Amino acid sequence: MSVTTPAGAATAAPAGAGRPGPWSRVSALLWRRPWARATLLLTPPLAWFLLIYIASLAVLLITAFWTINPYTTNIERAWNLSNFTNLLGTPAYRQIILRTVGMAAGVTVIDAIVAIPFAYYMARIARPRTRTFLFVCVLLPLWASYLAKVFAWLLIFTHDGVLNWTLGKIGIGPLNLIYTNTAVFIVFCYIWLPYMVIPVYAAMERIPASQIEASQDLGGRTLRTVRSVILPLALPGIVAGSIFTFSLTLGDYITPTLIGGGNSTLIGNVIDSNVVYNLPLAAAMATVPIAIMACYLLAARALGAFREI
Amino acid sequence: MEPAGLRVALRIWVVLVLLALFTPIVLIMVYAFGPSVVQVWPLRGFTWHWFAVAWQDQAVRQAFLLSVKVGLVVAGIALVLGSAVSYALHNFRFFGAEGISLLLVLPLALPGVITGVALNNLFYFANIPLGVLTIVIGHVTFCIVIVYNNLIARLRRTPRSLGEASADLGARGWQTQLYVMLPQVATALVSGALLAFALSFDEVIVTVFTAGANPTLPLWIFGQLRQGQQLPEVNAVVTVVILLTIIPVLLAARIAGAGAVSRTARAPAVEEAGRP
Repeated sequence: MSVTTPAGAATAAPAGAGRPGPWSRVSALLWRRPWARATLLLTPPLAWFLLIYIASLAVLLITAFWTINPYTTNIERAWNLSNFTNLLGTPAYRQIILRTVGMAAGVTVIDAIVAIPFAYYMARIARPRTRTFLFVCVLLPLWASYLAKVFAWLLIFTHDGVLNWTLGKIGIGPLNLIYTNTAVFIVFCYIWLPYMVIPVYAAMERIPASQIEASQDLGGRTLRTVRSVILPLALPGIVAGSIFTFSLTLGDYITPTLIGGGNSTLIGNVIDSNVVYNLPLAAAMATVPIAIMACYLLAARALGAFREI
Repeated sequence: MEPAGLRVALRIWVVLVLLALFTPIVLIMVYAFGPSVVQVWPLRGFTWHWFAVAWQDQAVRQAFLLSVKVGLVVAGIALVLGSAVSYALHNFRFFGAEGISLLLVLPLALPGVITGVALNNLFYFANIPLGVLTIVIGHVTFCIVIVYNNLIARLRRTPRSLGEASADLGARGWQTQLYVMLPQVATALVSGALLAFALSFDEVIVTVFTAGANPTLPLWIFGQLRQGQQLPEVNAVVTVVILLTIIPVLLAARIAGAGAVSRTARAPAVEEAGRP
């Protein structure tokens, strides 16, 4: 690993160093050798990530190729593909995978549609004071407890809940949304929306005013400017937001459990319910979102969205 | 300039989205004051009773204390590791730097259930019993990036000439870091630590897989919701949790500017706009 400081080569020890004690000798040594400083700084965090995070992902991938003894429920370390043939060969599992991916894609599209006009208003129309106010208004629901938000929707959708009470007042009959895929879909759209708004806003806010003026000078009306200048330049932000909305939906099992009841099983639920008694199957199921996200991240990288995450 | 009609339409859209964002949160807080044991709308009165019940519940107390303890330890470790990696990536150019920043984002970009099951699996094979230690390990893994994002954004905005001036005036390396650079980045460090605490305090998806028999407060809430038990008490607890996660975030926003608190994007430029 070759290391250079961007400011230039390492300079000599600072002037005025008197009799060097052991501490200042270490200090001078580190000063003269940038690679030593870089190594010292990088070793603990990198060790943490490699020994814990990357190692755990690697072990997970290996476990996916092992099986469980159905009688003793011990894990047998014999390589085979039976978990994968089981997952892909069972119609119920195939349906769960398709439902999860469909839901993640749908949530991403809806959130983008809701977020883009909102972010546009924040970035291009709102005055600085309003802009900060709106930003805080997006941040508060983003950080407010996840379980609190899911619970709130449980109380809204439940049979004697707020929604049916309101619908009753207007005269539209009660809707039994609780424990349906629709309810799960709505809750996902709600909970992940701020994750889309913020990157889209950040991207739109950076578009130079001169480029928009140039479009207007060339006769572009508002919609044409939005379509040909603003949206293409905001695309990395939209893609960055979509990474979050897509990935968070793909890996959630708590909202489907609480809002969907037993009727809305997603990939996360299969992983969650197998982790105690059939870890290899859970591991195999976990490779599905990993593979999907790996493709997604590669595509996002090609679109330049990584600087926005 | 947008036509007036479009501006009005956008303004209506913004108001509708804000209403949608806040209605559920306000609602859950209102529910906490409802007297009924069965949760029906509209509420039939006003009471502080459920807060008293939650306050006296030993299980809630223990879960709360565990969450605070874990949050503090996680914030501390994430602060050290996140600062180290920010300094290294900011001050040195080397092969693989981009790979490291990608690695840091990975726990946020990959679904939480993956991190959870992967760690659970690792602890199982490494014979590490699930407990407070494993909860902390899981949380630190995705909190490092929060500290990193905050600090690196600040370092990039800090002019290099400050450190160079300090060196020209005869300061040693550590003196420059301590007396010149640290005051420049202190607020970013504090806000990073506060956000790491808030993130850890509220985390449930990974924690389910790493906690074993030690329920943090979110795990206690999830357990009650799953079984549909003691829901009015859960309402009161959840209201307190909302306030407790919001307070560190508001503090961080106040200290380091709203842009630092974004959780996803790298510090969008609202903080300059936000300063009078």
